[in-house]
Amino acid sequence: MKPPAFDYHDPRTIDDAIALLVRHGGEAQLLAGGQSLVPMLNFRLAAPAVLIDLNRIPDLAYIKEDRGQLCFGAMTRQRQVEFSPLVAHRLPLMIEATRLAGHLPTRTRGTVGGSIAHADPAAEYPAIVTALEGEMVVQGAAGKRVIKAADFFRGAFTTAIDPGEILVEIRMPVTPDHSGWAFEEFSRRHGDFAIVETAVMLTFDANRRCRAARVAVSGAGAIPLRMPAVERMIEDSDLSEKIIVEASAQAAELIDPATDLHASAGYRRHLTRVLVRRALTRAAAQARGRN
Amino acid sequence: MAEPRKISFTINGMVRDGQAEPRRLLADFIRDDLGLTGTHIGCEHGVCGACTILFNGAAVRSCLMLAVQAEGADLRTVEGLASADGQLDRLQQAFRDHHALQCGFCTPGMLMAAWDLLRVNPTPTEDEIRTGLSAVLCRCTGYQGIVEAVKAVAGQRHAAR
Repeated sequence: MKPPAFDYHDPRTIDDAIALLVRHGGEAQLLAGGQSLVPMLNFRLAAPAVLIDLNRIPDLAYIKEDRGQLCFGAMTRQRQVEFSPLVAHRLPLMIEATRLAGHLPTRTRGTVGGSIAHADPAAEYPAIVTALEGEMVVQGAAGKRVIKAADFFRGAFTTAIDPGEILVEIRMPVTPDHSGWAFEEFSRRHGDFAIVETAVMLTFDANRRCRAARVAVSGAGAIPLRMPAVERMIEDSDLSEKIIVEASAQAAELIDPATDLHASAGYRRHLTRVLVRRALTRAAAQARGRN
Repeated sequence: MAEPRKISFTINGMVRDGQAEPRRLLADFIRDDLGLTGTHIGCEHGVCGACTILFNGAAVRSCLMLAVQAEGADLRTVEGLASADGQLDRLQQAFRDHHALQCGFCTPGMLMAAWDLLRVNPTPTEDEIRTGLSAVLCRCTGYQGIVEAVKAVAGQRHAAR
């Protein structure tokens, strides 16, 4: 089908975009890369009276390192992330996840901020920012505020961004020394949204024991789930195979999956156990190799 | 209904002007307003990839863009691959040599996606080719010939090194 009619604005600055958003209130919808919104317009699942296109705001597209964090402008293309030497060097987990997000032609347009603001329960970037305790910077007429990942995702397709606010930046800590990481997902076809996925970051100490663990699972509930109970089982351990098996079984216990068209709850639980085990195994081997 | 906007962009090396309502999809503008019907529309929600074109040199789904977003851009469609005298591009020739099309509906999307794949990775492995081509669906399921065609072009580049 074709999109319904809408008024269209393509502001050149963040301030102009916010002014338009304030003026049009709930009538307006922000357009980022359009790889989720335009299909919804074509299907007429979304029918905003006003579309505010963020694609001509150069100030929203950048990747930079600042005080131990990698900062992504919200309109940074996924394709730019995929080929960024800075991201490859400082946050390679992000590259791994990016290659699983859609296909090269959708990553040409798709953005970091669009994926996170859309908050699809099975999208890759929300899982990463949740695992790494990232921060989202939103801006409205009253200025900026920073929202931690744990407070950001409120439900499927629902975030803590207020009406009148725009997501402008996403920040994640750069990879510590002596770390290993892995992003594992299962989908029916390459490029599809995952049925279940997991992001893992492990940091070892000089004695080859795990100093810090971060584990998040997505697709097994409405929002990405960080798993402190699993992390505690891993931290201060040597990540033996026994511990990895126990920790991944624990992860499968912690989720509250739904049965839908794509997979049963039991299958999602099974996938969680398998994928967390794979991710922990791979991340631990990598961390040891870099020690 | 929102007022049409004037737009102007370069497509296959030629500057084209027109008017488009904001809701007009780029794929429809290319086909219906410019008459370039080589770009096909399959699913209209970004899944099938038949409408893939190059937007400022990189592959995009033209059914997931608005025509007004192409203002000032440099586009290339399947019509822009062969030279002016009709000589097929090397990738098109490889498709022909390897029987890489059956009904032909997905072919423009396959060609443009493969073009972009070979641009970012001139010497892909078969796995990388299969991953890259998963961006476009062929319902004749003639994937083997398509993979062979892209492999052949990548192989020529391997040999040229």
